[in-house]
Amino acid sequence: MSQVNRLSRGGRIDRSQPLTFTFNGETYQGYAGDTLAAALLANGVDVIGRSFKYSRPRGIVAAGAEEPNAVLQIGSREETQIPNVRATQQALYSGLVAASTNGWPSVNNDLMGILGKVGGKMMPPGFYYKTFMYPSSLWMTYEKYIRKAAGLGRAPLENDPDIYDHINQHCDVLVIGAGPAGLAAALAAGRSGARVILADEQEEFGGSLLDTRETLDGKPAAEWVAKVVAELKTLPEVTLLPRATVNGYHDHNFLTIHERRTDHLGETAPLGAFSAPQARHRVHRVRAGRVVLAAGAHERPLVYANNDVPGNMLAGAVSTYVRRYGVAPGKKLVLATNNDYAYRTALDWLDAGLQVVAVADARSNPRGSWVEEVRSRGVRVLTGSSVIDVRGGKRVEAARVAAIDPVAMKVTSPGEWLDCDLVASSGGYSPVVHLASHLGGRPEWREDILAFVPGEGNGLQKRIDAGAVNGVFKLGDVIANGFEAGVKAAAETGFKATAGDLPRTEKRVEEAAIALFQVPHEKPTARAPKQFVDLQNDVTAAGIELATREGFESVEHVKRYTALGFGTDQGKLGNINGLAIAARSMGISIPQMGTTMFRPNYTPVTFGAVAGRHCGHLFEPKRYTAMQAWHVANGAEFEDVGQWKRPWYFPKKGEDLHAAVARECLAVRNSVGILDASTLGKIDIQGPDAREFLNRVYTNAWTKLDVGKARYGLMCKEDGMVFDDGVTACLADNHFLMTTTTGGAARVLQWLELYHQTEWPELKVYFTSVTDHWATMTLSGPNSRKLLAEVTDIDLDKDGFPFMTWKEGNVAGVPARVFRISFTGELSYEVNVQADYALGVWEKLIEAGKKYDLTPYGTETMHVLRAEKGFIIVGQDTDASVTPDDLNMGWCVGRTKPFSWIGWRGMNREDCLREDRKQLVGLKPIDPLKVLPEGAQLVFDPKQSIPMTMVGHVTSSYMSATMGHSFAMAVVKGGLKRMGERVFAPLADGSVIEAEIVSSVFYDPKGERQNV
Amino acid sequence: MLHIFCPHCGELRSEEEFHAAGQAHIARPLDPNACTDEEWGDYLFFRDNPRGLHHELWLHAAGCRKYFNATRHTISYEILETYKIGEKPSVTEAGGSEKKPVAKGVTA
Amino acid sequence: MTAVNVYKQRPDKIEGQSPLHHAGLAELVGKGKSGAGVHLREKKLLGHLTLRGDAKDPAFAGGVHKALGVELPVALTLVANGSLSLQWLAPDEWLLIVPRGEEFATEKRLREALGNELHYAVVNVSGGQTLLELSGPKVREMLMKSTSYDVHPSNFPVGKAVGTHFAKTQLVIRHTAEETWELVVRRSFADYIWLWLQDASAEFGLAIEA
Repeated sequence: MSQVNRLSRGGRIDRSQPLTFTFNGETYQGYAGDTLAAALLANGVDVIGRSFKYSRPRGIVAAGAEEPNAVLQIGSREETQIPNVRATQQALYSGLVAASTNGWPSVNNDLMGILGKVGGKMMPPGFYYKTFMYPSSLWMTYEKYIRKAAGLGRAPLENDPDIYDHINQHCDVLVIGAGPAGLAAALAAGRSGARVILADEQEEFGGSLLDTRETLDGKPAAEWVAKVVAELKTLPEVTLLPRATVNGYHDHNFLTIHERRTDHLGETAPLGAFSAPQARHRVHRVRAGRVVLAAGAHERPLVYANNDVPGNMLAGAVSTYVRRYGVAPGKKLVLATNNDYAYRTALDWLDAGLQVVAVADARSNPRGSWVEEVRSRGVRVLTGSSVIDVRGGKRVEAARVAAIDPVAMKVTSPGEWLDCDLVASSGGYSPVVHLASHLGGRPEWREDILAFVPGEGNGLQKRIDAGAVNGVFKLGDVIANGFEAGVKAAAETGFKATAGDLPRTEKRVEEAAIALFQVPHEKPTARAPKQFVDLQNDVTAAGIELATREGFESVEHVKRYTALGFGTDQGKLGNINGLAIAARSMGISIPQMGTTMFRPNYTPVTFGAVAGRHCGHLFEPKRYTAMQAWHVANGAEFEDVGQWKRPWYFPKKGEDLHAAVARECLAVRNSVGILDASTLGKIDIQGPDAREFLNRVYTNAWTKLDVGKARYGLMCKEDGMVFDDGVTACLADNHFLMTTTTGGAARVLQWLELYHQTEWPELKVYFTSVTDHWATMTLSGPNSRKLLAEVTDIDLDKDGFPFMTWKEGNVAGVPARVFRISFTGELSYEVNVQADYALGVWEKLIEAGKKYDLTPYGTETMHVLRAEKGFIIVGQDTDASVTPDDLNMGWCVGRTKPFSWIGWRGMNREDCLREDRKQLVGLKPIDPLKVLPEGAQLVFDPKQSIPMTMVGHVTSSYMSATMGHSFAMAVVKGGLKRMGERVFAPLADGSVIEAEIVSSVFYDPKGERQNV
Repeated sequence: MLHIFCPHCGELRSEEEFHAAGQAHIARPLDPNACTDEEWGDYLFFRDNPRGLHHELWLHAAGCRKYFNATRHTISYEILETYKIGEKPSVTEAGGSEKKPVAKGVTA
Repeated sequence: MTAVNVYKQRPDKIEGQSPLHHAGLAELVGKGKSGAGVHLREKKLLGHLTLRGDAKDPAFAGGVHKALGVELPVALTLVANGSLSLQWLAPDEWLLIVPRGEEFATEKRLREALGNELHYAVVNVSGGQTLLELSGPKVREMLMKSTSYDVHPSNFPVGKAVGTHFAKTQLVIRHTAEETWELVVRRSFADYIWLWLQDASAEFGLAIEA
């Protein structure tokens, strides 16, 4: 099929560039400059999909974002699939592959279509609630079926080959929409020197000026557009964004723009400069001083019987296809209107050499300039009339025009059937109020223009409305209004705008519209042929009436009950008609009825654009220590600890986790191991009140910690619950080095700052994070002293450098601070060096350690070794409900400290002193080979009926290679007084693991091994 | 995305630089041990949840790492002022109630 | 015993490894795109010191001036004296960057000038961060893809320095010359930032400089 509907001339398309594309498997041709919708219409494709509920054939209705029917699936390959693309907004490119999303198995032969005649009864309004709520177990089945039949599109199953990104913009004035008002506003603001962004969703700037028959300065309006755009391009502080939809208006004048950078170039983005991938879409995150909202208006269709048959279109859309794309979507036009502007469509149709069968104007005596021009060209104008019904299956065949009384909602003449293949209707214009209501600003009804305009919204949006969105429709007024808005926006952001000449417009008489939403039919609405309000969701006038009859009186309830405005088009065409019908049905006015609100996004945004570059290897930061390269080279498996990548274990060939961990554990217990502990949080604390501060934030006492010594400390929140722990060393009288858990580093520093800044600013102390500055390597095991001695000048004599002290000296030639502290229970040294020199030190230790079989170990072995000693890990063995006493760590509580330190009051609440609180104990499974699952719930009596009384849970559990049996730590109600008793862990598979409650210190309870 | 004036940096910054830290002006009792359980519970757990002006503690986490206070309207999210720790708000519910609350927003 | 432990932490004869050592930047020099819009250079292994004190106390401000030859910079600014730069981080916090190996002497000089009575802190953080210099006509645009802070010259003139959000982390951005910017990056995040910068710069062309 060739382009049967392509006019021989006209349009902004490039006829020298034919482009081939396919739709539902058929190959067609269009031209560069076409939208997909224009090209489909050019090829006479009437049926574009099937409707949601009734499976009726549907065609293209509109030419812009408001299109409800032509919502297609684009993409030739699995990885390039995009759902929910409005054909009216998709530029045609060579090789484009599109398919209907609704219509199963095909749009022309539709299974649902056969059901459709019954389907109407099957699916009355509220069908979701009425049908599918019960039985709820069937919902999953229904949902699959409905989704498939309803055509919501589908996401690709393979990775998108394209990239998407974000950019942050700041401007004085953001102008939304580059129609006549927006262009004038951008020009006024741009000339002032203000930073201006002009964003428009279409392929090129100009909006309605690209297809209007009106002139500016006596020339085609598009010439003025070109002149303005050329000037804007010369202004250095003006950013022009075509193909960019302002999608969200968020708090404090923050807006998001979805820019489609390469969608017009092909299915995937071509490589850009430097052979780099180009972002297919870009989200602009804009902070604007002022917003000029010049989003224009959407034409409303009239609601008459069978107004959904392909060939029913918006009047303005018909003009757009004729004038902008050189496409005539039919031959014989009947126009139905309630206003002057739609007459332009009749004139455009005549200019294209086509037949206007009749114009039906609901007004009784229209005399506007365009009306008279249409009359003077011999067109039959039927006044006080409207199209009340349409005949046709997959295409309009005839329209019935009759006299109507729109107030009484009566048909007052028998009317006549007029042969035609296109019915264009216009019920007036609805300002695009969406963005203005994103922060809760309620649109306001204006009776003079029969439309909602943006509400003031209590000033939350620093916004100036201009042009049609502001209820200004006359072209000359629109441009003046836009210019004024640009001047005002610039002035309010501190720029002085200069006066400018506005283009001259035609003189013309324009008359007001009359209110007409639903067109009357002889039969009552419920019995008349279907009069569609929301084409995407198959909501009819009868459905809305039914909803109000059933008691859904709030506009929000009507919406939810009928699904009016629910679709991907968010009811851009149907909402106002729908609420007008609801209002009439209830006998109230439209402003009494009110309108629904809109939320972001204005049109659908791809997930790729939402994610931007925060995906794949950039999904989130990965933090590495200075020894990372060595860990990778030596085969470490890694564990995520917060954002850190920590070596989890170092498997040798053929080893699994358990084998590697068993080997690493034995190496530490029998000889020496090395651990990268650099991720521990480290906070440098200086000041004369440092010691007092420690006294207040730790549970234990710090007054007597001598210089050169280190001490373990517990931190609680005010409620008395443990929240971090670590070793803090006294470096000098007024100088301490605190360590925190890896995951708690940032949290603890913020905690210290919070109390210092808000509660105790009088304390002279400063905190500085040195986590990244120091790299830490732990040598642990009986041979650690011998090994370290080979590479250090520090005297490691056990009396000169005892447990819980630190020394300075060189390790492998690098100045180091060495702490004799232990998390394994073995003789241990934590070597700290400036991170820039750490890898060299590490490698020298590895080299020197060969003769001791020095074994690198990871976090898993560290966990096992510390658990054998009963050392807790905050966050694993504790949650936010565990006090130091619950952990049997009362020894770490400074009960006589003079200041009421953080946690002391909290842990002395009555509830915290109960003896039957869950307390940390050790568990020894009776079967030494069974490892309790971490998190397993514990009971005292496994034979009780379900639900059992749970008395605690397992917090840590491992197999100990050292001891040759499994063991665990757990919190158990009153556990500390239940030593020797049994607990049971009934597991999901029905088995039960029995264990004995024992001390949580399994290995070397006297601490003899670390203190040698 | 709120735009918040950091009183230390002296300029407006984007919300992503900040952490909210709850209600402002909740002083730690000078002698916690003298508090009854009820008083201590009030201090620890009970917070206002006003419809209207709320004085809040914020942290400029990505910037100067300083805590400060903000008076924010919980319906409109408008921030009427920010001020340093130790300072009193100049806009309060009694004094500043000429700020009319925003209409109920019902979103689609 | 002194009140504070001051310790020379950098060895004299051993070459250190900056946080981007693994990236092998030296090998990438000269291999970038010609006409690149973004040039990157790691100013590695410099001496970084965090300075804390009361800016309103003339003794503190005077002592800093005496030791460093520069006045304490006011909010969101950076001052330089030859190869030394001092940047405001917070009302009571500054970042002092000095040439490699001078941090120990500088700390001692500061402590000498500030004396024993004042309450202040100097902390060596040299191993914990690195400085990335970005230059070229497209750096500003690349930064716009990375941070929500406004990098337009009207808001971010030369001499300004801010701590802010960047990609999914935080860092300090310093504007040092018309088309030159510096990022102060924490060591453990350096690889992430390097990956991010490569990605964000790709469309503008990236060249690595020595």
